[in-house]
Amino acid sequence: MSKRRSDWESRLQARFARWMREGFSGLDDEIMVSLRQETSETLPSEQMADDHREMADTRRYERGIALDRLAQYDLNAWVSRKGRRLLSRLYTVLAMSLGVLMIFFLLKTVAMMPRFGSPDTPMINEVTDRYIERGLQETGAVNIVAGMILDYRAFDTLGESTVLFIAACAVLILLRIDWDEKAGPALELIAEEWDDRHYEPKNDRILQASAMILTPIVLLFGIYVILNGHLSPGGGFSGGSIISAGLILYLNAFGFKKAGQFFTYRTFMWVSFSALMFYGLAKTYSFYCGANGLQSGIPLGIPGAILSSGLIMPLNIAVGMVVACTMYIFYALFRKGGL
Amino acid sequence: MSLVHNFPFFSILLCMVSGIFTSVLKPRTAKWLTLAVAGASLVLNAFTLGLTLGLKDAYPFMMGHFPAPWGNEIRIGQLEALMATGLSAVVFIALAAGLYHTPTFVAEKKQNLYCIMIDLALAATLVMIYTNDLFTAYVFIEIMTIASCALVVVRQNGHTLVAATRYMVMNLLASGLVLLGISMLYGITGHLLMEPLHQAVLRIHESGRYAGPLTVVIALITAGLGIKSAMFPFHAWAPDTYAYAPPMSSAILSGVVSKAYLFLLIKFFWRVVGIDIVIQQQISQFLFFAGIAGMVLASVMAISQREIRRMVALSSVAQISYVYIGIGMGTEAGLAAALFQMLAHSAAKSLLFLSTWELVSVSGDHKRFRYLHGAGYRNVPAGIVFTVSAMSMVGIPFTGGFIAKIQLAAAGMPLGGWTTALVLIALALSTLLNAVYFLHTVVSIYRRRPENIEYALPEKQPRRIAAALFLSMMLTLYLGVGSGPIMRVIEAGLKMFT
Repeated sequence: MSKRRSDWESRLQARFARWMREGFSGLDDEIMVSLRQETSETLPSEQMADDHREMADTRRYERGIALDRLAQYDLNAWVSRKGRRLLSRLYTVLAMSLGVLMIFFLLKTVAMMPRFGSPDTPMINEVTDRYIERGLQETGAVNIVAGMILDYRAFDTLGESTVLFIAACAVLILLRIDWDEKAGPALELIAEEWDDRHYEPKNDRILQASAMILTPIVLLFGIYVILNGHLSPGGGFSGGSIISAGLILYLNAFGFKKAGQFFTYRTFMWVSFSALMFYGLAKTYSFYCGANGLQSGIPLGIPGAILSSGLIMPLNIAVGMVVACTMYIFYALFRKGGL
Repeated sequence: MSLVHNFPFFSILLCMVSGIFTSVLKPRTAKWLTLAVAGASLVLNAFTLGLTLGLKDAYPFMMGHFPAPWGNEIRIGQLEALMATGLSAVVFIALAAGLYHTPTFVAEKKQNLYCIMIDLALAATLVMIYTNDLFTAYVFIEIMTIASCALVVVRQNGHTLVAATRYMVMNLLASGLVLLGISMLYGITGHLLMEPLHQAVLRIHESGRYAGPLTVVIALITAGLGIKSAMFPFHAWAPDTYAYAPPMSSAILSGVVSKAYLFLLIKFFWRVVGIDIVIQQQISQFLFFAGIAGMVLASVMAISQREIRRMVALSSVAQISYVYIGIGMGTEAGLAAALFQMLAHSAAKSLLFLSTWELVSVSGDHKRFRYLHGAGYRNVPAGIVFTVSAMSMVGIPFTGGFIAKIQLAAAGMPLGGWTTALVLIALALSTLLNAVYFLHTVVSIYRRRPENIEYALPEKQPRRIAAALFLSMMLTLYLGVGSGPIMRVIEAGLKMFT
């Protein structure tokens, strides 16, 4: 091989061409290539001298490698002893100062904002006026908040209930273990090990006795809050979380086996499915009528009566069912295992 | 009001309701339903586009019985309809080509949960495109956040879980910033609907009262949506997330989800704040420089990758930077170029992720370049489609990417001085870098396969995967060849946008 050729191998163009050919190769490969280059450049007449040179080369190479290893070892030791700690400390300091700076700026901004509740805030305008003054006639709900979220801005609330539903589904994707299957993906085979429902306290008499008394009361109260959502403070979101608190109390006292008798994965799916489906279809109909200027034919009733304010009460029930199921699912799944 | 006027509303509700309906279906039925819903959304939005082409101005659509400032409202113009049609098409193609592979990544019993996420991500995309109300946009940002994290985490191995955790943390931080921004904006204006918001912002700008909070609001919302759409300095989550998610999820995340956030940001700048104020607050300059830095540095990072999927993911960051340059110019031409780039990148990048997976799966699931040698012969359609979409990324003529780059350069011309020079130099440099890593990949998939590696025979795949890939390739080529009508729609749409 000619001199130009050996030079060519180590040049940038050649390395680029090699990269195009085979992607990255390790450093060792390149060193081996260059070593082979040097050894193959010999002529037969200079065999002896070459042997010497080769040996010297090899020795130099080995010494180089050894020095390199030593340096690398030192560097690694330093990094693992001090460097990493230094870096993480620097990172912490930077992150904290950024956070403090953000807090400072945001607090300063809050100080510049209009005062909450003062009569000249921009928030008091024709939008809120209509909600307060004509909310009762237009939606039939004594509770203006219920009228706002379930009638004026019902589309947002449909989105919010979907957020709850999709969050429950995401947690199911992440944490659900199908442990009744005989075979399947590896996840399910190690379910037994992951499943920590064996460690629950069982038959705690005090807890069970109080749960026996409290659970029905809590559930009834939740139902009351939902059904009166359009008449008094409360509604689907708050009532649903009260119901789920009752269910969680029952679960804690009596364990998964008993709770599983009335609440399984299928229960969750069907309850939230039917609730959201009702919400979606009812609102599709009502939006369609509203947008196209048609009469929806849903009576508003007498304000203050339990059966009044059009769709608000059924929608509150639907939202309450979704919220109760979702909260219960979160609790049940974060204990690892199924429902 | 004719029936077609209702179609955007139908497509949104159809996606939401069928997402809910999917939860009780069998996995197989669920997949077909999801595909059908994406197809229906494509058809409905295409009809809407046809309708809006004949209209003088965008029309509002009441979501409820009450008119706008009190009830919810969506607003439909040419631009919105075009984006909705384009993104629905991308979702449809991604599903058609990718659904066959879901059993590889998703456990049998979780497949309909996966389909729920896709349906609701599509619904959120449509709402974010059409909405005229900032709070509705936030509600659907939440849905999008959860759905996109679930799309990643559905594949449960170590890498994916770590990537998804990082993605979730960044995504939630961004949601928090956006929510803070929206609630502060409501505090200083008292409105959530975009037109009255714009009037109120103009009043604040003139009077100077609450001008400080206004700046903070613009910064917060920009940062939030920037993080979510993988804008350059905030892109740290993107490479891992796109590389370790199932390929169909990567296609949807990079092709559709990030575009929806970008479109919302454009809406916020042009319809809520007004671009003049954004320019005055120096925010658009920041976006411009972030874009310039992103398209060069992300490409450099992509060159140094050893795995094909991480390389494609980083090129996504570089391509998003083009959009930010267009937005940062602050001119109508720049915005038009940015919108075209969004469509072109959406079509080509989803294709890249899908075809990359096909190539990797015929190479024994190795993602290193040296194992991919000859993959273009082992799966011929995927090889062709990969080549074409890589050409679109580089900006070879007759592909969508070429037109986007030309438009961007043309939009940079009238700016004058060093800005023009910066745009042109950065575009040239970025094109060169793109060419280096994409053409390297194209060359390496058509090299002779190494003799010492034995690949298992690829299993027979249904024709529809290849058909869907080719269909999508046609879309990329159409964006390159027939860009005239689309640019006209974008320009006419921009007139009725603000």
